[in-house]
Amino acid sequence: MSKVDLAQFHQAFFEESLDGLDAMETALLALEAGSDDAELVHTVFRAAHSIKGGAATFGFADVAAFTHVAESLLEEVRSGRRAIDKPIVELLLRSGDCVRGMLSRSMGGHPAANAESEALRAALAAMISGGGAPAVAKAVAVSEDVEGWDIAFRPFDYLLKTGNDPLRMFRELAALGALTVDTSLDKLPSLEAMDAESAYLGWTLYLAGPVKRAAIEAVFDWVDGDCELSIVAREAAPKAVAPVAAAPLAAKPSRDAAANSESSSVRVGIEKIDTLLNLVGELVITQSMLTQFADGVDASQLELLRHGLGQLQRHTRELQESVMSIRMLPISTVFNRFPRLVRDLTQKLDKQVNLDMRGETTELDKTVLEKIGDPLVHLVRNAIDHGLETPAKRRAAGKGDTGTLRMEAFHRGGSIVVEVSDDGAGLNRDAIVAKAIERGIIATGEGMSDEAVAELIFEPGFSTAAQTTDLSGRGVGMDVVRRNVADLGGSVAIRSTPGAGTTFTITLPLTLAIIDGLTAAVGEEIYIVPLVSIVESVQLGADAIRSVAGGGELFRFRDAYLPVVRLHDVFGCEGSRAKIEEGIVIVVEGEGTRIGLFVDALIGQQQAVVKSLETNYRRVAGISGATILADGSVALIADVTGLVRMQARRKAA
Amino acid sequence: MAKILAVDDSASMRSMVAFTLRGAGHDVEEADNGQAAVDAARGQRFDLVLADVNMPVMDGISMVRELRTMDAYRGVPILMLTTESNPEKKMEGKAAGATGWLVKPFDPEQLLATVGRVLG
Repeated sequence: MSKVDLAQFHQAFFEESLDGLDAMETALLALEAGSDDAELVHTVFRAAHSIKGGAATFGFADVAAFTHVAESLLEEVRSGRRAIDKPIVELLLRSGDCVRGMLSRSMGGHPAANAESEALRAALAAMISGGGAPAVAKAVAVSEDVEGWDIAFRPFDYLLKTGNDPLRMFRELAALGALTVDTSLDKLPSLEAMDAESAYLGWTLYLAGPVKRAAIEAVFDWVDGDCELSIVAREAAPKAVAPVAAAPLAAKPSRDAAANSESSSVRVGIEKIDTLLNLVGELVITQSMLTQFADGVDASQLELLRHGLGQLQRHTRELQESVMSIRMLPISTVFNRFPRLVRDLTQKLDKQVNLDMRGETTELDKTVLEKIGDPLVHLVRNAIDHGLETPAKRRAAGKGDTGTLRMEAFHRGGSIVVEVSDDGAGLNRDAIVAKAIERGIIATGEGMSDEAVAELIFEPGFSTAAQTTDLSGRGVGMDVVRRNVADLGGSVAIRSTPGAGTTFTITLPLTLAIIDGLTAAVGEEIYIVPLVSIVESVQLGADAIRSVAGGGELFRFRDAYLPVVRLHDVFGCEGSRAKIEEGIVIVVEGEGTRIGLFVDALIGQQQAVVKSLETNYRRVAGISGATILADGSVALIADVTGLVRMQARRKAA
Repeated sequence: MAKILAVDDSASMRSMVAFTLRGAGHDVEEADNGQAAVDAARGQRFDLVLADVNMPVMDGISMVRELRTMDAYRGVPILMLTTESNPEKKMEGKAAGATGWLVKPFDPEQLLATVGRVLG
């Protein structure tokens, strides 16, 4: 057999270890919060134990050595020799972080251990009482000059029931040297009294040759305690050798199988899912192609064909939904990191915060989930740092000492909504206006509505690295949060009441793989504009359009003048309508800015399976992807955010 | 060729064991905890069961005890995949009826050697 390459299992090991560390952290936080659920300790132990075992197997010695010490400490807790207290939880939380770091270094092919991990390992070892005496290796007297071995072996009657078979063991012995076997039948009962599954025989064996004792003991290793056994070297002057047999151990009751129904999950490579999704997309296209074809078919066949198509449509839709659901994961995978974050932040800032998480089972597309974490971290840091007050201030405001930070996810229409709200002081209008003026974003705050003032915090340059604290900071402002969410096809809104708190509402599409879009014609081309970005479609009269210096055009829309972006100009294709009043203007919004997209005509609304232009062709400005229409032709999907940015650059130029 | 049931809650360990044994021509089924293993064993007869000790839902020791109550599994070899740090687990496993053990960490060669030892 060819040698098995262990590297192929590394990815699975890293993934399950990171999952284990998350579970460990959640359990530790619950223990710290005072839970006495014994299963929590088992969960923590099992995580450390599995990582240790895997790390040792797959060649990550540093990780194995570190987790071994953590496991030893946990074993003391698990066996009841030590109570779990704050210092242990703190140390174990830090250990979890440390192992995370070690794993990520291992993933990158770097040495896992560093000064920090060594210091932490020493701290863990110091906490272990009694030093956890390692099993002492059996001192094996190596007598190379033995002539052979006399072995007396009599299994206890239940031996066969353990799956051990004396014959197999003799075969192993015979592989070590020449073996002679004498069978003793003295305990054999009469045939009627015989139980076919009991062992009645005894053996006297002689193994000739300079075999090491350890090699013989290894053969009997598994039946140690299940038999009478003596192994005596045959020498010129044989010495007495104590029998190896140990008293059989009484069965200790193991803990009851916990009734925690962990839902089983399958890890599937995302590229496989994407292939599947792609195929289903093709199926959807075939189906709509057939539907179009049915419109022109002989009337007598029509009913049958319609019926069949109806079925095909239902099945494809169901299939599509179930495939899509594979990409969906509960938002708890993201929410899970917040109890720790909130705990650390509140300790650092001497605030009291109760984290209330709801809707953790709400499912989101994997891609969205991966990218929503950072914006949420930022909002939570902000809420604790700036929104929630210290206990003293809360008391002065007539509120309880402990503030509430609520994170909630739920469905609304075809979207997922994630809200982060606090019952803190709310936005400070005067401070925001003053800072916006100082930063040159506005000239005066007079006449601005509260909503408009709140929007200022999303302006680029409103918060900079210099003025943020080390907590909410890292030099990332709310503008980045809004941009990250916009990149996911979502939006962020803010609602604040002075003295009562602030709520950030993130609205996200269910998935990035399929969008609902409006199809629009521009000359011979078809473009798809995502419905989420569309404010309204309008037909303008000639008098509604103003030309401005530099060739731009503006139109009046709800008390504002918006620029017209002619899609045929942007994409360099021939439009069939030159005058704006002859076509349609689709008012879209991206990053809080509205523009009007001028197209020839609207065709209809449809779902589009998004295909990447980047992977199939190259990145094109103003286009987020492509899709295949029912007639087999390709339509491009407009990137509204990109078009808004392009317009802003053109205006600036 | 033997029918082997590999039981471990760690997917990486399980796939390593399964991959190695399949490479040696065995027919391998996987289960991620003791209960799942017992369920699988009810459905068909395996020639050998390899099981981790620490698992959620049902641990390896309880699994052995459960399997040994089934007529079809009274003499079937069951090996525990245990760790050096846990010598008492070996004894606990034996008392429950395990045939023997393989100490983690082990490499594919050691695994095949041990499996060869019980399959004869």
